[in-house]
Amino acid sequence: MAKRIDVTDLNVYYSAFKAVEGVSMTVEPRSVTAFIGPSGCGKSTFLRTLNRMHEVIAGGRVEGKVMLDNQDLYAPNMDPVAVRRTVGMVFQRPNPFPTMSIYDNVAAGLRLNGVKNKKSLDGVVETSLKSANLWNEVKDRLGKPGAGLSGGQQQRLCIARAIAVQPQVLLMDEPCSALDPISTLAIEDLVSQLKNEFTIVIVTHNMQQAARVSDRTAFFNLRATGEPGRLVEIGDTTKIFNNPTQQATEDYISGRFG
Amino acid sequence: MSTLTREGRATGDRRPRPQHEDQRRDRRRDDQVPDEGATPPGQGPDAGPLAEMGSPQRGRAVKDAVARVVMWGAFGVVMIPLVWILYTVVSRGVHLLLSSTWWTNNQRNINSGDVGGGARHAIEGTLMMAGITAVIAVPIGILTAVYLVEYGRGGLARAISFTVDILSGIPSIVAALFIYAVWVTTFGIERSGFAAALALVLLMIPVVVRSTESMLTLVPNELREAAYALGVPKWVTVVKVVLRTAFSGIVTGVLLGLARIMGETAPLLILAPYTKNFQRDLFSGNFPTLPMMINQDRGDIGLAAAAERMWGASLTLILLVLLLNLVGRIIARAGSVKT
Ligand SMILES: Nc1ncnc2c1ncn2[C@@H]1O[C@H](COP(=O)(O)OP(=O)(O)OP(=O)(O)O)[C@@H](O)[C@H]1O
Ligand SMILES: [Mg+2]
Repeated sequence: MAKRIDVTDLNVYYSAFKAVEGVSMTVEPRSVTAFIGPSGCGKSTFLRTLNRMHEVIAGGRVEGKVMLDNQDLYAPNMDPVAVRRTVGMVFQRPNPFPTMSIYDNVAAGLRLNGVKNKKSLDGVVETSLKSANLWNEVKDRLGKPGAGLSGGQQQRLCIARAIAVQPQVLLMDEPCSALDPISTLAIEDLVSQLKNEFTIVIVTHNMQQAARVSDRTAFFNLRATGEPGRLVEIGDTTKIFNNPTQQATEDYISGRFG
Repeated sequence: MSTLTREGRATGDRRPRPQHEDQRRDRRRDDQVPDEGATPPGQGPDAGPLAEMGSPQRGRAVKDAVARVVMWGAFGVVMIPLVWILYTVVSRGVHLLLSSTWWTNNQRNINSGDVGGGARHAIEGTLMMAGITAVIAVPIGILTAVYLVEYGRGGLARAISFTVDILSGIPSIVAALFIYAVWVTTFGIERSGFAAALALVLLMIPVVVRSTESMLTLVPNELREAAYALGVPKWVTVVKVVLRTAFSGIVTGVLLGLARIMGETAPLLILAPYTKNFQRDLFSGNFPTLPMMINQDRGDIGLAAAAERMWGASLTLILLVLLLNLVGRIIARAGSVKT
């Protein structure tokens, strides 16, 4: 199921503005990779290039290579829609479809792609909600609107929705930043479970969170405002947090810890 | 219009109303600070902070009172003619609507001075004409709006947007003359209900485009991205997520457009001459409609029966538009965003 991502020399642009420069990294399958770094250094921008969501923005453009196992995501004949089916995404703010019930939200990815079989949808909805640790809370009100859930529940609903289409990779952009500590813990537990099945990349501003959930950590930084963001270093989380090779990483991490 | 924005906003998760109230409460709390005797830093008690802080508060109270009076005044100015019109139309027209033949008969063989007959022919005509106009204008309008909001970039989109602006500024009589020039003068086809409907289409399209456009832009971008991230193609996203989310707003916009064209008279005067008979053929011959019935009887207003019919037809038209709005509200409610 899970796949490896290999990025080589990636530059990312918003029209003429180069937001990210020269990123090369490997994301290991069945593991959690955390992206950390100061605000505006291009973590979200880079993350969105991994499932070709960057080009949805007018003027969004990418140079370089992203390989998913042995498929080139930016090959001319590669369909971005197919890429996004393989590489799912969870956003910073929970964004369930407001017109749909809880059930319909989870089934949305399959339904909108033409799956009609009620039996198989029922099965997928149940397993996805169970993997998202939401089933017990919502099993009696699957027909109720998804927007009626609490913020933390909505975010888990969005995770269920993302895993219902059975992606190989799950990208999460600050999935806990709008949540309380208890919902955050629920999501972190969930991430630790999900990594048995998926390759997970998570952006976070919370150092403890990165330390808790991730196997590997990538530190991004930018030299000055207006300059493009770069990957400073990537390595095992324990190594990055205890014994980073770069001074900048050490400064950032220790600065945060006070 | 108010439901539009209310429901449109509900699609995002901002809730403007409670926030607003919070702010107001906060401000009121601020106002009370000087009353509680707090002294701003750098001002001794002898500087008379209470007196100084008191006056702007009084100023605000005066402004508040003035604004209140102006608001109520404006409200009254709007309400007086509205109530007056409704009262006049209802009081003079309602008894005709209660007569047994009004909803079943036409005006065939009934002279202007005679009572009797009904408005069935004109009601049917108006509904048919509105129907055919909507069938043509609504898809064009919605597709145009979808193009402008979801796909349009650069020159073509700007050109279309500009054209819609121009179209919405065209007086109805000019639209009618244009259709007359094309339909009758150039192609030599006879005047008909359909020709009038074409002119109404020109008037309805910009209303539908603009209202749909504003509803589509209210759909938060996050929903589109959520769908894309699930591997849903763009056109499916537009149809199943964006249009679905904006549905109730779009319905309301279509109704506003319909309400506008149902009372239009100039295109009918030029393109669809009145008949007192039933006419179910949109493509040939005279065509009965309520505005034309009103116009016809207004010509004979000296005759009591004609004047009565004029008010009856007016009330009927108002009721039709009202009914249409009601049906639309129900459809919109059924399809609106639930939380
Ligand atoms: N839609 C956009 N158009 C133009 N520039 C953008 C756009 N989105 C982001 N940028 C710019 O790209 C750079 C990187 O932004 P990005 O959102 O990737 O940062 P980030 O690391 O995710 O920050 P944060 O931690 O605050 O989320 C910033 O300079 C930002 O201003
Ligand atoms: Mg970000």
